[in-house]
Amino acid sequence: MFEILEKERIGPGVNRAVISAPEIAAAHRPGQFIILRTHKDGERIPLTVADKDTEKGTITLVWQEVGATTYYMSTMCIGEKFQDICGPLGKPTHIENFGTVVGVGGGIGVAPLYPITKGLHDAGNHMVSIIGARTEGLLIMTEDIRKVSDELIISTDDGSFGVHGFVTQVLQGLIDKGTKIDLVVAIGPVPMMKAVCNVTRKASLPTVVSLNPIMVDGTGMCGACRVEVAGKTLFGCVDGPEFDGLQVDFDLLMKRLAMYKGPELIALNNFRETPRGCQCTFPGGA
Amino acid sequence: MSDLEPKPTKKPKIPRQKMPEQDPIQRAHNFYEVALGYENDLALLEASRCLQCKKPSCMKGCPVEVDIPDFIQLVKSGDLMGAAWKIKEKNSLPRIAGRVCPQESQCESKCVVGAKGKGEPCAIGRLERYVADYAATHDDGKRPELPKPTGLKVGVVGSGPAGLTLAGALIKKGVGVTVFEALHELGGVLVYGIPEFRLPKAIVRSEVDELRKLGVEFKTNWVIGRIETVDDLLEKRKYDGVFIGSGAGAPLFLKIPGENLNGVYSANEFLTRANLMKAYMFPQADTPVAKGRRVVVFGGGNVAMDSARTALRLGAEEVTIVYRRTMDELPARTEEVHHAIEEGVKFQLLNSPTEIVGNDSGWAIAVNLQKMQLGEPDASGRRRPVAIPGDTAQIECDTIIVAIGNGANPLVPTSTKNLETNKWGNIVADLETGTTSRDRVWAGGDIVTGAATVILAMGAGRKAALAMLNTFGIS
Ligand SMILES: Cc1cc2nc3c(=O)[nH]c(=O)nc-3n(C[C@H](O)[C@H](O)[C@H](O)COP(=O)(O)OP(=O)(O)OC[C@H]3O[C@@H](n4cnc5c(N)ncnc54)[C@H](O)[C@@H]3O)c2cc1C
Ligand SMILES: Cc1cc2nc3c(=O)[nH]c(=O)nc-3n(C[C@H](O)[C@H](O)[C@H](O)COP(=O)(O)OP(=O)(O)OC[C@H]3O[C@@H](n4cnc5c(N)ncnc54)[C@H](O)[C@@H]3O)c2cc1C
Ligand code: FES
Repeated sequence: MFEILEKERIGPGVNRAVISAPEIAAAHRPGQFIILRTHKDGERIPLTVADKDTEKGTITLVWQEVGATTYYMSTMCIGEKFQDICGPLGKPTHIENFGTVVGVGGGIGVAPLYPITKGLHDAGNHMVSIIGARTEGLLIMTEDIRKVSDELIISTDDGSFGVHGFVTQVLQGLIDKGTKIDLVVAIGPVPMMKAVCNVTRKASLPTVVSLNPIMVDGTGMCGACRVEVAGKTLFGCVDGPEFDGLQVDFDLLMKRLAMYKGPELIALNNFRETPRGCQCTFPGGA
Repeated sequence: MSDLEPKPTKKPKIPRQKMPEQDPIQRAHNFYEVALGYENDLALLEASRCLQCKKPSCMKGCPVEVDIPDFIQLVKSGDLMGAAWKIKEKNSLPRIAGRVCPQESQCESKCVVGAKGKGEPCAIGRLERYVADYAATHDDGKRPELPKPTGLKVGVVGSGPAGLTLAGALIKKGVGVTVFEALHELGGVLVYGIPEFRLPKAIVRSEVDELRKLGVEFKTNWVIGRIETVDDLLEKRKYDGVFIGSGAGAPLFLKIPGENLNGVYSANEFLTRANLMKAYMFPQADTPVAKGRRVVVFGGGNVAMDSARTALRLGAEEVTIVYRRTMDELPARTEEVHHAIEEGVKFQLLNSPTEIVGNDSGWAIAVNLQKMQLGEPDASGRRRPVAIPGDTAQIECDTIIVAIGNGANPLVPTSTKNLETNKWGNIVADLETGTTSRDRVWAGGDIVTGAATVILAMGAGRKAALAMLNTFGIS
């Protein structure tokens, strides 16, 4: 169980792996995530199930290297196993035929957006996807998204690919053109989701965001993942991870995400000094 | 003895034997066990204090009815393995119960030696620990013979003391058992909540291994309500019964301003990071936890004591417990309150937090307190704390731990069809049998009673097991 069957680098510091986890693949619904531990003394980190294959009994994870755990994952090889994978966790996305749905994905957020887009597309929605990144080299999974979208617009901050500008400008453009939009789903860095919600609030468009608070157990036991939505404290892992974006306190979320900046740097340096994993896939990984 | 000395008329009274403990100054900085356990001669001396009452009232104080005089008699006669099996007839987890049971308010409170102010009760809990540790370290490999498998199979949700006890009781009657646990370690609060210095993880692991050897199956990382439901266990897996022992694991917060600031933890999160995820070994273990300099803990139960003492061990310079009532009303075990005081934990009594103050980057820097006085007794029989208007205070701090209790986790109740719950979200179950509103579904432990004790959870597991066996027609 939890063996890495395939693994590839899909962008700078971004990796995708296919992992054997038949029971999780069978139970998973779009919007849900898993929590994994790489090794016995590892941290529990949440990652979205970006794709699955129920027949093969596999799940796909896409991760960006930011700290000790995600760097370690990048140095793990095909054939290696994760210590634990717990899932599926979180509430599945509410999927129905809303009409026209605009999916906005930024950076690594495109990975969690993919299964939701696929689910909404299969339910008959007209899917308009807006994918953005700082520069062309950072775009991921564009072809995957294209296959499950009716329209795809790509933007880069530096204009190196597609529309020159932010995803919010593209979205504003659609709104200004008078496009009929029934729902917006935005997933990406917190400042991006906040910016998208500022646009959709003005246009009174219902907006769903998928939040990424720091988690420990993922079952509602610890309260690490608390977020404020409409002034109420909710738990990201059991009440979410998706919430009404127009009601989320993004500033609080950003502050809480910075809580372990200091220790995380120590952990990363410790990992660099005593690297783990077989290191053959991405030798420069750490 | 010289002729000049008066002959003793009576046997001298043997005092209750003290538990050897690590020195408070040393132990406040390490995670090794505080109580070291009796040596052989201390145990024998303590055992000799038991009067072997014909009608033992101590047993009435034990929710699982361990044959206390019988096991102590076996200690006196030197048959420690026999004593251990005597305890295990009723209690599958004696190494745990011997460490964390509130004996002073259970078996020992009913002990005749201690009754009517005659003296201190026999240290039943310490003897239980001694016997169980002896048996674990002198394992002769012998196990009681198990009956033939009946072909019946039961699924258990949660591996806390309730689930483990039920599993032990059923497997011994030839009923197959699979325990599903959400976390990666087995034991529930025993591993994620109660700290290493009170209950070493190795001991919980050894008790779990004992059950595994008897044939209990365990599935970790298995969240019932997400990967499968209770209904799936009955219908797809065709279990003959399901027991829900999912505990009271949803942290309550005070709902005061500033509660989501950085540095503010639920006790569950703080203890889980420190214990289960071994944050005290950071960065050798990857999980960090805020190592506060000045730590404030809200609450007065075992959970608050454990949080405060853990914070000290992580290196805090000052740890203060803020509690609304007085020392007399602290719900924590007396022994643990004493341990906390010895180690240097401060108490700010008759105070209630009103606000957590933060700085611009979102970190907690102080708590505002409202002074209280005790008024008339409330429904719980304890005197109700009442605010003294205008009397407030502030404590500067960098870490705050909220240990004011746990509610019911909704994952199982909301995902199980027609399972009745009460207004607090706890599962409604018969306290004598564990039966719920659903056929073939039993429940017990904290998920039914709300946060309680290890031994009550074990009692609930045992009663539910007996009720299940009864339903299955096995005696
Ligand atoms: C429900 C959910 C789904 C997620 N899905 C994905 C995914 O599909 N792919 C992916 O790459 N990441 C995802 N994340 C984020 C991922 O969990 C973090 O990047 C990961 O925990 C970092 O672990 P680390 O040990 O490598 O870094 P750490 O050392 O823990 O952290 C390094 C840096 O990352 C930041 N960070 C820590 N935790 C998070 C977090 N939860 N979200 C954002 N930043 C964080 C910290 O502020 C820190 O600066 C998800 C998070 C949640 C809650
Ligand atoms: C810090 C702390 C200190 C304590 N100290 C003492 C003490 O000294 N003495 C004492 O007697 N009592 C003490 N208690 C109380 C005691 O630990 C509990 O009353 C007891 O553990 C309850 O047992 P339980 O089996 O009902 O549940 P728990 O021990 O809570 O176990 C429940 C288990 O179920 C799992 N679970 C939950 N939901 C699911 C799901 N959906 N699917 C699968 N698994 C699930 C959980 O992960 C957990 O492992 C303390 C409690 C805490 C928190
Ligand atoms: S991660 Fe612990 S409650 Fe959500």
